[in-house]
Amino acid sequence: MSLLTTSSQTVGPYVRIGFERFAVEDLAPAGVSGERITLSGRITDADGAPMSDGVVEIWQANAHGKYAHPEDAQDKPVEGLFRGFGRSLTDANGGYRFATIKPGRVPGPGGVQQAPHIAVTIFMRGLLKHLITRVYFADDPANAQDPVLNLVPADRRATLIASRSATDKSVFTWNIRLQGPDETVFFDY
Amino acid sequence: MNKPKEERVVTSVTGYRRPYFDTQPAYLYPGYRSTVKRSPRRPLVLLPHTLTEVTGPVFGYDDVKPTDSDLTRQHEGEPIGERIVVSGRVLDENSRPVAHALIELWQANAAGRYRHAVDDHDAPLDPNFTGTGRVLTDGEGRYRFVTIKPGAYPWRNHYNAWRPAHLHFSLFGIGLVQRLVTQMYFPGDPLIQYDPMVSSIPEEKARARLVSTFDWEATIPDTALAFRFDIVLRGRDATPMESSRS
Repeated sequence: MSLLTTSSQTVGPYVRIGFERFAVEDLAPAGVSGERITLSGRITDADGAPMSDGVVEIWQANAHGKYAHPEDAQDKPVEGLFRGFGRSLTDANGGYRFATIKPGRVPGPGGVQQAPHIAVTIFMRGLLKHLITRVYFADDPANAQDPVLNLVPADRRATLIASRSATDKSVFTWNIRLQGPDETVFFDY
Repeated sequence: MNKPKEERVVTSVTGYRRPYFDTQPAYLYPGYRSTVKRSPRRPLVLLPHTLTEVTGPVFGYDDVKPTDSDLTRQHEGEPIGERIVVSGRVLDENSRPVAHALIELWQANAAGRYRHAVDDHDAPLDPNFTGTGRVLTDGEGRYRFVTIKPGAYPWRNHYNAWRPAHLHFSLFGIGLVQRLVTQMYFPGDPLIQYDPMVSSIPEEKARARLVSTFDWEATIPDTALAFRFDIVLRGRDATPMESSRS
């Protein structure tokens, strides 16, 4: 190793001016194939207070389980209109929201297919380095065999699973708790 | 399509090395007050680097305009302040250039005020300065911004707290786990030693690498002084991790 990774610093309270240009809450314009969903929720701190200065970034595969990236060598179709990147700046209630499609399955370690999931990165004042986590989808039978979800202690897995609305099957809700008894699982990346 | 059904194609995923821990701040650093209620306290789960983590958002030259990297030319008039060039290279830990990487930059104006609704610092806004920029690194990982040297400003972390002058940098590498947000400081700034955000980095040498260097070669005669800030993203591990698909 010849160089060392530059140290992380917080985005601070004024991140909005830097990040709003590439804010993308609707990832799937008309013509993109797949099951259309919305994913939204709130970020709260140790006191349950809403985090109004946060940024949620997501990265996901398309409905075929293919990433729009040169290192995804799978023989699956790319969809030109779907880049797989989203960025939502939280509102006064700590809320973020995305309109997207449910991703397909992608390969994981040891030849096991991963359950459909979205990678989540969180930036905020008070976070000296960003948080990385994942969100999975309620009732997906593949969750039980997911190689990453199975690394999470069983009693905390529910914090990574978005719940599905009983009245509208396309609506998923997933809240992020930074700290406390129901703290979301974050990964050492 | 024409492949036999049973064929399994092995895709190997090469992960990234984890950073040397003393170079990165911990989530909880009480000297920076906002970390106390926002830092996770339960154990983090070690994330294997799968296809999800080694891929990441891809940006292209269509995403940025030439004026995005010159913050002094985004309005009709010129902003007030000391014009500067900030340039450098983005490399990975293996000294390979990170080409075509998106860099986003944001900052206060020369008076130390951000163009943001929640900034109530009693200092003037500059109608000719937004304080945001974007650029894509070239094939050799080089980038260059022209901007105004930002002012220091007070904040409410502790009594008489002042942030040293700084630029915020956000970078997308090739893979998701290379993502980095950091701050660049200016050489000789006496406020750096009192800043809890800088002090949150355990290793002295790592702190020093966030301080740009004066760059005589990059100055523009009669127009702008220059500072150099090289940025290092994580490098690849030596050994690939195999995964297969059918």
